[in-house]
Amino acid sequence: MSQFSETQMTEFKRLVSRYPEGKQKSALLPVLHLAQNSFGGWLSQETLDYVAELLNITPIEVYEVATFYSMYNLKPVGQYLFEVCQTGPCMISGSDNIIQYIQEKLGIKPGETTKDGLFTLKTVECLGACGYAPMMQMGKTYREHLTKDKVDAIILECRSNAAANN
Amino acid sequence: MGVKLLLEKAHVEGIRTFAVYRKEGGYKSVEKAIKQMGPEAIVEEVKKSGLRGRGGAGFPAGMKWSFIAKPEGVPRHLVCNADESEPGTFKDRYLMENIPHLLIEGLIISSFALGSNDTYIYIRGEYAWIVDILETAIEEAKANGYLGKNILGSGFDCNIHVQRGAGAYICGEETALIESLEGKRGNPRIKPPFPAIQGLWQRPTVVNNVETLAAVVPIINMGGDEYAKIGVGRSTGTKLISACGNIQKPGVYEIDMTISVEEFIYSDEYCGGIANGKRLKACIPGGSSVPILPANLLLKTAKGETRYMNYESLSDGGFATGSMMGSGGFIVLDEDQCIVKNTYTLARFYRHESCGQCSPCREGTGWMEKILNKIEIGKGRKSDIDLLWDIQRKIEGNTICPLGDAAAWPVAAAIRHFRDEFEWHVLNPDQAQKRNFGLAHYAEPIYVPAS
Repeated sequence: MSQFSETQMTEFKRLVSRYPEGKQKSALLPVLHLAQNSFGGWLSQETLDYVAELLNITPIEVYEVATFYSMYNLKPVGQYLFEVCQTGPCMISGSDNIIQYIQEKLGIKPGETTKDGLFTLKTVECLGACGYAPMMQMGKTYREHLTKDKVDAIILECRSNAAANN
Repeated sequence: MGVKLLLEKAHVEGIRTFAVYRKEGGYKSVEKAIKQMGPEAIVEEVKKSGLRGRGGAGFPAGMKWSFIAKPEGVPRHLVCNADESEPGTFKDRYLMENIPHLLIEGLIISSFALGSNDTYIYIRGEYAWIVDILETAIEEAKANGYLGKNILGSGFDCNIHVQRGAGAYICGEETALIESLEGKRGNPRIKPPFPAIQGLWQRPTVVNNVETLAAVVPIINMGGDEYAKIGVGRSTGTKLISACGNIQKPGVYEIDMTISVEEFIYSDEYCGGIANGKRLKACIPGGSSVPILPANLLLKTAKGETRYMNYESLSDGGFATGSMMGSGGFIVLDEDQCIVKNTYTLARFYRHESCGQCSPCREGTGWMEKILNKIEIGKGRKSDIDLLWDIQRKIEGNTICPLGDAAAWPVAAAIRHFRDEFEWHVLNPDQAQKRNFGLAHYAEPIYVPAS
């Protein structure tokens, strides 16, 4: 089972230190983000149990939070996660076409991962980038003013990054 | 050009850094507040300013502050609501990205006024890169003696912590935000007790929006009375508007609330008119939750008077013929947009974001989404429109928090003003997805030359 490395443990301690003594449960959301980033972009049940143990709370307290918030992935995801916004302002700016195009380009539907494990496509609700629509989140950053050409370039960028890392 | 109080310096090169921000007059208000004023005087100035909460509800900020309980020996907390998630709204993001020290400065004064030694910024999880920007700004402020122990020799200690959410619109509701900050699901609490009495960890807590807290800086610098002179009536000061949709220049604009809606849409200083030479069809002027208005009711009130970009004028006519200022998320729809489809995507949003605690909201938002989808794809019946109306009425006012109302209002307003478009979808199922209803609601295209 995976455990936090020394650096990750230092970050874990920093997160917990921000709350009063005995209120360490408050660090749960940030710690789940840390765990997701540290263990392959998703949270397995083992990881959730590990977080519960670290924070000295019951596993159910972790499960109910992990299943409530949409940013926690409870299933494995591809190396690159495309989260495309589909809410009103993005829709009137053409997000439907972008979602359709990504599906055709990658041969997957929202919620699916490509066979090579590189890409996962997800549709999401408003990400607060309505003036720069259509848009998607990719890791820690936003990709905005999307066009078909931009989508092509992003996919190419991911593929060459992945190739360079292998 | 209108008055700019928040974004005036937002484009100065290097303003994100402490050095440049300080050189441009930043952190002056902290010196004034701590050395010359003291907590009570700060609260008084904010009351005098007439500042209203910028997150959407518009509650007077000074009054909210004065409610905070001060039991002996119990710590109090200020929490900054940066969980900006209302569709159409991206103003707080803009402020935090471009001029983060303004928020930190506002937070220091406000923490001092409320007696909060540990202040939290709860930011939506998706704004991950902004967490780094804020944490850098906090470190810089600390290194320069404006945060940490014994700020400016006053004996007041303050630390600011940034906590990321994880994707839940409901956490913008203040009690849900507090639950989330405690490491729980974002289920809103039943009020009372209000957070001012029992909030974070059952301690007295004030939750304010990013823009509200940033506005405290000019209020302290210029004085509450001077601030109150900007704007009109009970809409004092400036307001950030995030404009999006089918306009020439989407973006964040600071307005002084005396300009008309027409000027805001058509003037080159702001939205620059409708994109691609199209005509204005409708607009949701204050974030997705507020009622949509057709062009004719947007530019003029039902009485035929000019409608202005302020709290009172936007709500003139109530929900029958008016809307709300809300969060300032200004969504413009051109003549090619389908009201049924737009309403459907918003209904889907609210179904996705309902926390599930109250049945009217949990079940009702799902029903509304399904029925709207049915109408949109040409499988609806005329009775479905009445059913939709009935469902939204049964959600409104029957839930613990305002998410239920927020889900009901857009559906109600769409039917109220565009019922014929819903009927057209039902009567022309084969064309429902192919083209839009028609021109019935368009005001004549209006052009306002830039002043």
